[in-house]
Amino acid sequence: MTETSLKLDRVSKAFGTVKVLHDIDLDVQKGEFVVFVGPSGCGKSTLLRVIAGLEDATSGTVEIAGQRVNTVPPAKRGIAMVFQSYALYPHLNVADNMTLGLKQEGASKSMITERLAEAVRILNLDPYLIRRPAELSGGQRQRVAIGRAIVRQPQLFLFDEPLSNLDAALRMNTRIEIAQLHRTLGTTMIYVTHDQTEAMTLADRIVVLRDGRVEQVGSPMELYNNPANRFVAGFLGAPAMNFLTPPDDAPDGAELGIRPEDLRLDPEGALQGTVTHVERLGGDTNIVVQTRPEEMATIRVFGQHPARVGDTVGLAYDPAKSFLFAPDGRRLR
Amino acid sequence: MSTARSHPLNTAAAHAALIIYTLIALFPVFVIVVNSFKARKAIFREPLALPDAESFSLIGYQTVMKQGDFFGYFQNSMIVTVVALFFILLFGAMAAFALAEYRFKGNTLMGLYLALGIMIPIRIGTVAILQMMVATGLVNTLWALILVYTAQGLPLAVFILSEFMRQVSDDLKNAGRIDGLSEYAIFFRLVLPLVRPAMATVAVFNMIPIWNDLWFPLILAPAEEVKTLTLGSQVFIGQFVTDWNAVLSALSLAILPVMVLYVIFSRQLIRGITSGAVK
Repeated sequence: MTETSLKLDRVSKAFGTVKVLHDIDLDVQKGEFVVFVGPSGCGKSTLLRVIAGLEDATSGTVEIAGQRVNTVPPAKRGIAMVFQSYALYPHLNVADNMTLGLKQEGASKSMITERLAEAVRILNLDPYLIRRPAELSGGQRQRVAIGRAIVRQPQLFLFDEPLSNLDAALRMNTRIEIAQLHRTLGTTMIYVTHDQTEAMTLADRIVVLRDGRVEQVGSPMELYNNPANRFVAGFLGAPAMNFLTPPDDAPDGAELGIRPEDLRLDPEGALQGTVTHVERLGGDTNIVVQTRPEEMATIRVFGQHPARVGDTVGLAYDPAKSFLFAPDGRRLR
Repeated sequence: MSTARSHPLNTAAAHAALIIYTLIALFPVFVIVVNSFKARKAIFREPLALPDAESFSLIGYQTVMKQGDFFGYFQNSMIVTVVALFFILLFGAMAAFALAEYRFKGNTLMGLYLALGIMIPIRIGTVAILQMMVATGLVNTLWALILVYTAQGLPLAVFILSEFMRQVSDDLKNAGRIDGLSEYAIFFRLVLPLVRPAMATVAVFNMIPIWNDLWFPLILAPAEEVKTLTLGSQVFIGQFVTDWNAVLSALSLAILPVMVLYVIFSRQLIRGITSGAVK
């Protein structure tokens, strides 16, 4: 049986005359991990803040666990939120930071102790309980911020770019921890990020936003293999999809989209060009080829490749694994 | 202040400049304090000499203690300064928080209106203020002074504090909201501790003019039992004869409480800066 954890119905938000969210509809099932992704300024953080109750929706309804919550204050929505800047209370130690919300709710002492112990166990925060935030490293602070969310046992976890302030290695570790946390707790999570790797690796479903509109909703592989339009196709995947001049039989102004891994080096290939740049990553190699005066194609080769700048190469592709986009971004094929 | 390129000569020059400035700034204070311990003749014979066995005299302090209710004046000044500072900081911070935190119609206009007072000297309104105080029966009460000084201090307080409050992380306030803190709790428990350095700055800026003011005590509260220290000290300055011993002694004593308050606020200032911020 599936239960709806979050339901957005034609949610719009305007600041003065500037409309930042346009009629957003979304159903999130209980236990789902949904990621909002999009370039900066696409409204994803605003949407999260509307769900949290930190901003009021200009129109439309927000339902959490079947309850309409448009006029419910954030603390009573059954949510917990993890912020990009951690937002720990600087004057409270770790334990007090984590239990402040429960104390405000008027929870009993025994319940607070129990929940704190549980969160501390999950996140291995034992050694830090009496420290102040200033005495913790970035990763530890982020764990405390997540712990503060866990102790409240919310219906809905909201993450606002929680990994953006961490360095690359720590980001990957914390990403794995968040995924494990989701498996352990089984709570619905909404996660906002501009990083498509985080979106692809964490999400059950991704919501791609642009300019306050939902471009596409679906599982990571659905979006990757079957993008609805040029924007989604170009946004997901690294290196990004190549957009090239299509063969002559294509409609006027259309663009041919091919993922870098779907191109292969072939002296007899349909595309010919000169290597202008080579990125050697060890595990694989990205070769940038100039195919026309104004056109570059990136090709991704598994393993290490001896290509050098200035080499002339040919590129071939399987038409079945290519996409065709109309000038307005619609997908034609 | 240690930069990568600091040359010992530059450091020495900077210190020399600072030391010279300190000497210049402290010189009048030094002259006042030193001469307050000398007999009248010694003050005029050698104003810069330190008091020795021959010239040492406490006559000034004795006069001050005997004449008038010096401790009463002292207490009045203290009450007026501390209460006015409290109101300036409380209302200034509240207004600043509202301006910095909430989007409402006329926010910018309201901010400009509140800051306008910085540019208009409050003394221009003295006659109107006096009329108001007479009408409300507050003449010759400490409340008259407290209210005027609060009004005088608020514009700068709102201006400085709202700038600082804008810098307090939104995430922190939102985390408080999600944890169920009321807007008042967010203001008093999250935001105020973080803008403590700015509060200390505002307090120091306002404290000294209030403590030293002669104008409003003279006009609004000249009665004996509500005289402030500055006004009380004026009895020693006559049109023809000035009791310099007493004036200097009174001034020396008046320095003390300001210094105590300053030490309190400057420690707050340092603590505020060093306490852990958001990131």
